[in-house]
Amino acid sequence: MTEAAAVPLDARPRLPHGVRLVHTEAHGGWVLLAPERVFKADAIAAEIVKRCNGQTTVTVIVDDLAQAYSAPRDRVLADVSALLRQLADRRLMEL
Amino acid sequence: MASDQREQAISGQNSRPANGAAAPAVNRPLGLLAELTHRCPLGCPYCSNPLALDARGRELDTQTWARVFKEAATFGVLQVHLSGGEPAARRDLVEITAAAHSSGLYTNLITSAVGISASTLEKLVTAGLDHVQISIQDSEPGSADKIANYAGAFAHKTALANRLVAMKIPLTVNCVVHRGNIDRIAAMVELAVSLGASRVEIAHVQYYGWALRNRDALMPTSDQVARAVKAVEELRNSYHGKIVIDAVLPDYYARFPKPCVGGWGRRSLNVTPAGKVLPCHAAEVIPNLEFWHVQDHSLADIWTNSPAFKAFRGTAWMKEPCRSCERRDVDHGGCRCQAFMLTGDAAAADPVCHLSPHHADVVALAARQRDVSYSYRLNPRKADSDAPVG
Repeated sequence: MTEAAAVPLDARPRLPHGVRLVHTEAHGGWVLLAPERVFKADAIAAEIVKRCNGQTTVTVIVDDLAQAYSAPRDRVLADVSALLRQLADRRLMEL
Repeated sequence: MASDQREQAISGQNSRPANGAAAPAVNRPLGLLAELTHRCPLGCPYCSNPLALDARGRELDTQTWARVFKEAATFGVLQVHLSGGEPAARRDLVEITAAAHSSGLYTNLITSAVGISASTLEKLVTAGLDHVQISIQDSEPGSADKIANYAGAFAHKTALANRLVAMKIPLTVNCVVHRGNIDRIAAMVELAVSLGASRVEIAHVQYYGWALRNRDALMPTSDQVARAVKAVEELRNSYHGKIVIDAVLPDYYARFPKPCVGGWGRRSLNVTPAGKVLPCHAAEVIPNLEFWHVQDHSLADIWTNSPAFKAFRGTAWMKEPCRSCERRDVDHGGCRCQAFMLTGDAAAADPVCHLSPHHADVVALAARQRDVSYSYRLNPRKADSDAPVG
């Protein structure tokens, strides 16, 4: 497999039709429901995915998270890019 | 056929591996396979439904399915797979779908595409349908219809796929592969891509139910399997990010068994047309298991307490080589039904595993191909009209 393509900073990520993030008490947290698949999302992944509404750019999502969690922006950007790329490759996110 | 309820993990922390084994054990079901009916217009030689089909008169009614979905969602089930038989053979499919959706379940329709008109589809989408899986029998229409034993089946599939894509409903194409079509895996994946599917499943025939009768006619050769593995690898590279390709090695050619249904009584459950609750759709082949019905018990009670679900849950039932195996929590001993069918002991290791003392028998079966005509199953719809209802 080739090196993962970078996520454009001006992309406005959104969940595709048929994919949604839900909180489930029975399974103790957030899950991403997708066609015939269920992905448990940790708290950080859930915070990122919640902001992917098709309107907000990656830059704004990163700024928002860095501020909300008082985290270094570079680190947040790396985490957000890696997650979005991974989700897009699995058809769980549109960039 | 959705045999597994897959679950993986995603992490927002780049530094931590995703798909980690650190995910906590899930002890409530994620998925419910709702076999709404055994009736089906197709007659595929690899039909996985049991030899004895539930008659139409014994099928659960709409209200009972609605109650089952509510109980399922309350208990933690997230996805319902509306299956069969052909679910569209039920006149109340729209009401059933609406009931599943209003319970909060992610609704997946598993269909042959025969019997779903444009207007039915519109009603299903309005009712809250989330996703559709269409099975295809081959990339070539003539061969596909011959395998399905139904003239014109292929055309129904492409028509439904086109409508789904136009309505932005995500589509999975399920390609059931065997000796007669395994050499066309690439063409089938290309077909799925051209139909607009976001996911394609390469599902090797599993030899349960009716399929067992046709094993010699369906079994691929080892050369074919080797070519198929290579083809899938190449397809994954060329379609990376465009379509998700889910494929596993066919059972009889594997070194380790599949983690069947993600572990017995661990991830998913199956309700038969007549309301019997099974840990997997083939479980009835195992003798002396006591199954409970949704008419008599709540789904939570059945999951937690019914003898059939408790029989092979966890690892206490295991014998050697599974008991001390480092993979016992990975593949859960493989498939209980297959262990019984091929060794006579449902608690034995799945003989697909190379550590099983019966593994040589599986290797011998995999090498056994006979070019005989398929034995088609009698169309259950016809069978129904001949049989007394009640």
